[in-house]
Amino acid sequence: MTMLMEMLSYPFMVRAVIGGALVALCAALLGVSLVLKRYSMIGDGLSHVSFGALSLAVAFGWSPLWASIPLVVLAAFFLLRIRAGGKVKSDAAIAIISASSLAAGVIVTSLTTGLTTDVGSYMFGSILAMSREDVVLSCVLSLVVMGLFLFFYNKVFAVTFDENFAQATGVNVERYNVLIAVLTAVTIVLGMRMMGAMLISSLIIFPPLTAMRIFKSFRGVVLCSGVLAVVCFLIGITLSYGLSTPAGASVVIVNLAAFLLFFLAEKLLGRRNKTN
Amino acid sequence: MKPLITCEHAGFGYENYDAVIDLNLEIFPGDYLCIVGENGSGKSTLIKGLLGLLKPTSGVIAVSEELRKSGIGYLPQQTAAQRDFPATVWEVVLSGTLSRRGLRPFYSEAERKLAWRCMERLAITDLKQKCYRELSGGQRQRVLIARALCASEQLLILDEPITGLDPSAIQDFYSLIRQLHSRDGITIIMVSHDIRNVLGEAGKILHMGQRVLFSGTVEEYKKSPAAKAFLGDRTEEGGKRQ
Repeated sequence: MTMLMEMLSYPFMVRAVIGGALVALCAALLGVSLVLKRYSMIGDGLSHVSFGALSLAVAFGWSPLWASIPLVVLAAFFLLRIRAGGKVKSDAAIAIISASSLAAGVIVTSLTTGLTTDVGSYMFGSILAMSREDVVLSCVLSLVVMGLFLFFYNKVFAVTFDENFAQATGVNVERYNVLIAVLTAVTIVLGMRMMGAMLISSLIIFPPLTAMRIFKSFRGVVLCSGVLAVVCFLIGITLSYGLSTPAGASVVIVNLAAFLLFFLAEKLLGRRNKTN
Repeated sequence: MKPLITCEHAGFGYENYDAVIDLNLEIFPGDYLCIVGENGSGKSTLIKGLLGLLKPTSGVIAVSEELRKSGIGYLPQQTAAQRDFPATVWEVVLSGTLSRRGLRPFYSEAERKLAWRCMERLAITDLKQKCYRELSGGQRQRVLIARALCASEQLLILDEPITGLDPSAIQDFYSLIRQLHSRDGITIIMVSHDIRNVLGEAGKILHMGQRVLFSGTVEEYKKSPAAKAFLGDRTEEGGKRQ
């Protein structure tokens, strides 16, 4: 408890906790749709693109968030196109884009500022990443993401469950896919400097996957994954403070633990149901 | 009687590829039409065209005012992603009513009632809170038909509906569709490989092979050369399998 109080007495920790928890929540909500649509790799691809975008922004002295968001949104459009077009195998195409933007980012950085600890902090995150301006921006954008998600919740369900049916009955599927991709891109950019480009996609993929072990309704999965994301984030960041471990990695490990716990619970529940 | 859908010399296809050529077809209220043909004969493309998901590359497709208002109920082929999808039966059926509203974010009482009525019709009210991924193939089919009925009670388009069902579920399925067709007066369009059962169920047949090979009633079809070639193949195939 005293450790918690001490932790929250640092302004940068308060910023990290608030900003991070909101981003984790958004990522988890969007993640439910992405994971169920088999789009997890797009989340991963976007995080690598955002590394490239961030390196560019820093090299040219642009504001990191404002410069990265449009670039990553653009990449999101592109990745969705690949999925829809289906000519190149989409998983291979995403891997190519991921690796290329990562490489581009590393080269740009090494040519300009040099490969310093900064690069390490982009890759694996830094708790110091959140400035006051970033927190405000994170809060606003997170609220926008959550508001849109809530407003379009039923349509997101329809498009996630059955694109063909939704389209046949007059729902503009393309528009919702783009919406989800854009919101994901924004969320990734917001979260990546704290979580790290290599680790941010876990915020999208872990909570839904964990929630799906136990919950059987879409609403249950959405709610549980939102709660899980925030709880795991808070535990992770507290551990990282207490043990002086990197924040992003700690959050991922806590998420993994939650997944294993739910996985075990699913097995136990399943066995009990069978014997009944 | 005015047709619900009229195709005149319609063609459907993708870039550099015509899947359906020169199709003339009229679908009247109360029809039970079955679309048959080999794989790659343009059946699924035609369905997309009828649903309005694909614009005709040539010719005209006209949809009656009546149908445009009520919409089309559609039973797509089940996708792999759906098999482990966490959703209750209620959530799935309710999502069929989405087409009836614009931007309003949540379901209205009327929509809930409609969804419930459709579930009663298909005798799946006891499955309401069950998880979709835990249902049998036949139950899933009923859930998806209930959802389609939420979208339209006028025309139902079924794409390969019996794929993956076991034999008793297939018989259940046909009697269910028979009921919806004769009792509730719902127009049915079905794509099927199951030619032998279909001949006993449907009223009209459309045999596709990129172009229309046959279009007419089942009785005429049985005597047509198109059927002889197709059915001949089938019985041979069946014989080999045994």
